[in-house]
Amino acid sequence: MRPTAPLLLVTVLAAASLTACGGGSGGDPDTVKVAYPRSTDNKVRIMDEYLAMIKKQFEQRHRGKKLQLVPIQASQDDYYTKIQQMMRSPKTAPDVVHEDTFLINSDIKSGYLRPLDDKLAAWKDWARYAETAKSSARAEDGKTYGVPDGTDTRGLWFNKEIFAKAGLPADWQPKTWQEVLDAARTVKRKVPGVIPFNVYTGKGPGEAAVMQGFEMLLYGTGKDPLYDPAAKKWVAGGKGFTDALEFVRTVYGEKLGPEPADALDPNVGTRVSAEWIPGGKLAIALDGNWLPKSWLAKGARPWPQWSKVMGRAAFPTQNGAAPGKVSLSGGWTWSIGAKSTKPDLAWQLIELLQTKENALEWTVRDGQIAVRGDVAADPRYRTSMPGIDFFTGLVEYTHYRPTLPVYPQVSGAIGEAMESVTTGDATAAKAARGYDEQLKSIAGGGNVRDGAR
Amino acid sequence: MTSAPGAASASLPGGPRRAARWLPLAPATVLLLLFLAGPIAYCVYLAFTDTQLTGQASASFVGLANFRRAFADDGFRNAVVLTLLFTVLSSIVGQNSLGFALAALMRRASKPVRSLTGSIVIAAWVLPEIVAGFLLYTFFNRRGTLNAVLEWLHLPAQNWLFTLPILAVSFANVWRGTAFSMLVYSAALAEIPRDVTEAAEVDGASGLRRFWHITLPMIRRSIGTNLMLNTLQTLSVFGLIWAMTRGGPGNRSQTLPVFMYDQAFLKSLIGYGTAVALLLLLVGAVFSVVYLRMMREEV
Repeated sequence: MRPTAPLLLVTVLAAASLTACGGGSGGDPDTVKVAYPRSTDNKVRIMDEYLAMIKKQFEQRHRGKKLQLVPIQASQDDYYTKIQQMMRSPKTAPDVVHEDTFLINSDIKSGYLRPLDDKLAAWKDWARYAETAKSSARAEDGKTYGVPDGTDTRGLWFNKEIFAKAGLPADWQPKTWQEVLDAARTVKRKVPGVIPFNVYTGKGPGEAAVMQGFEMLLYGTGKDPLYDPAAKKWVAGGKGFTDALEFVRTVYGEKLGPEPADALDPNVGTRVSAEWIPGGKLAIALDGNWLPKSWLAKGARPWPQWSKVMGRAAFPTQNGAAPGKVSLSGGWTWSIGAKSTKPDLAWQLIELLQTKENALEWTVRDGQIAVRGDVAADPRYRTSMPGIDFFTGLVEYTHYRPTLPVYPQVSGAIGEAMESVTTGDATAAKAARGYDEQLKSIAGGGNVRDGAR
Repeated sequence: MTSAPGAASASLPGGPRRAARWLPLAPATVLLLLFLAGPIAYCVYLAFTDTQLTGQASASFVGLANFRRAFADDGFRNAVVLTLLFTVLSSIVGQNSLGFALAALMRRASKPVRSLTGSIVIAAWVLPEIVAGFLLYTFFNRRGTLNAVLEWLHLPAQNWLFTLPILAVSFANVWRGTAFSMLVYSAALAEIPRDVTEAAEVDGASGLRRFWHITLPMIRRSIGTNLMLNTLQTLSVFGLIWAMTRGGPGNRSQTLPVFMYDQAFLKSLIGYGTAVALLLLLVGAVFSVVYLRMMREEV
């Protein structure tokens, strides 16, 4: 053996042992770590303040235990990536994590989360949750992996002052897509200098564009237009899909929407809520129930007149077919990381987060739509914000996205199709064909069925 | 490693002395193995699996499937074309020529002009990439500085971030990276012996011929080195493009690093993203080989 060999061996061993000992904080048995998204808008600290309140309660209730808040200040896509990377290793895995139902099934399949059925069985409050909300964190294996803390619905917001100038009614309620487009065209003709209609589109806004824009259209074109749960197959080549893309193409092609350059900007959501709507620059917005959150006194852009200026209407189905209204809902859950070494303490925290008082507090503070019967019936919730009744009423028309692990990738493909019709690079038919091809490679050809074009 | 003179005579080659001589380098070797070889090996391994960040119970070995997928992927081909365009435009044409021109001009300039120009150009270079990215985003934006200046001059406005994004990010990269070339060429030009230039002048060679027959051959090696470093840096530019356009609109400024990020972290396909990273390495290697040959060959 050459004398260099032992040295080399020592080197390799040293390297191996060095990599094996990293600094981990998963070890402290008395500290619960909770990971949650912090708004990139530094004026908005709703969740941070709420969790600071919970931290006090938790540390009073459990003497000697600590709650460590792990805020992740990032855009939504980056937040998902960040928590996935944290959950890959026991050293960095949070005990409790705020999960978007958009991604939860994907994370469940990766084995990042712990099933909660044993805990839920002994928790009497679980019966108070709406059935749809319960199922949003239920995986293909029939187990539940998260406790929802609220939901949301979507519809049309319109500026009554601009509508008055354009000669449109203050109690506007379109019955078909055509009527939405006609109203936008009227605004364009009669009130120059105003953006008639905003529908989110493209890869920049990401899931906001896909869910708030595209799926609001798609789910108004017929039954199960995206995924067929009976056949357990994704739908390719559906006519509704092309029609929805055609709608987006019409909005941007006829210049009824914002400039494409602005619409495709990742920060367009902030501009809609903080700049265009309060500044009277946008007539109709296809958006969510949470919009006024940024106009409250503590919001990003206080705007006291909003409840007088802004009207609300449900988004119609394509040709007015029953039930006539469409909404989509998402929502977030509190979940426990699979690699957490303190699941019992973590569950204690979730129970505390979801006492009736705390759940109500969160729902009202964050402008959420209630998912618990007792919260929804509470007078404080019912009077928390003008229009909350309207948006709570949309829950019966609402659709949830397919809760499947590949959904996030499907969503990415839809975003790309939307972007290509927005820039005018592709026709609706061509973009839909591109989506079909991507869908087959994402979901596997055997899991896709052909709809009728 | 070369052996120290006089040390080898006492011991046999390959003896304990040689091992002992390597001892001072041991910490460096350990660190290299730990932080460089380890991750690189892991990356190479990942490129041959279908690892996903989420949505997958367990990853499996898929052989060359990721690479086959890349070559059949329109998005990948588009990214390769844009990467080459971006590299040629901003590094080889932009930074390199502009850097040389600045260095040559500054040799003739007075000292205050030289210090002022030098510090401005270098300031752009020392800015953190992300800061430069946002600065240039606001500069090229439709409601940004550039259009304000154009409007003041009564020239038509531009919207390159949307219409010609690859041009906008190339300009941004030239703005940010020229200082490096300028410094390399300043040093190289200062090295040219005066007597050679003077001799040529006495022989009646014009400025252009002096440049072609004396200056260029003399700084040939610096040109090669500079091109290589520039190219490799430009190939891996991510932050600047991400901050300015996110690879959009559509995928009109999606160079390979952005494409890689999009696949690996936004579409969660870590395995595929890593395979693309290896292919990017290959593109860099091709450029490097060309430059190395250029530096080696005798004129």
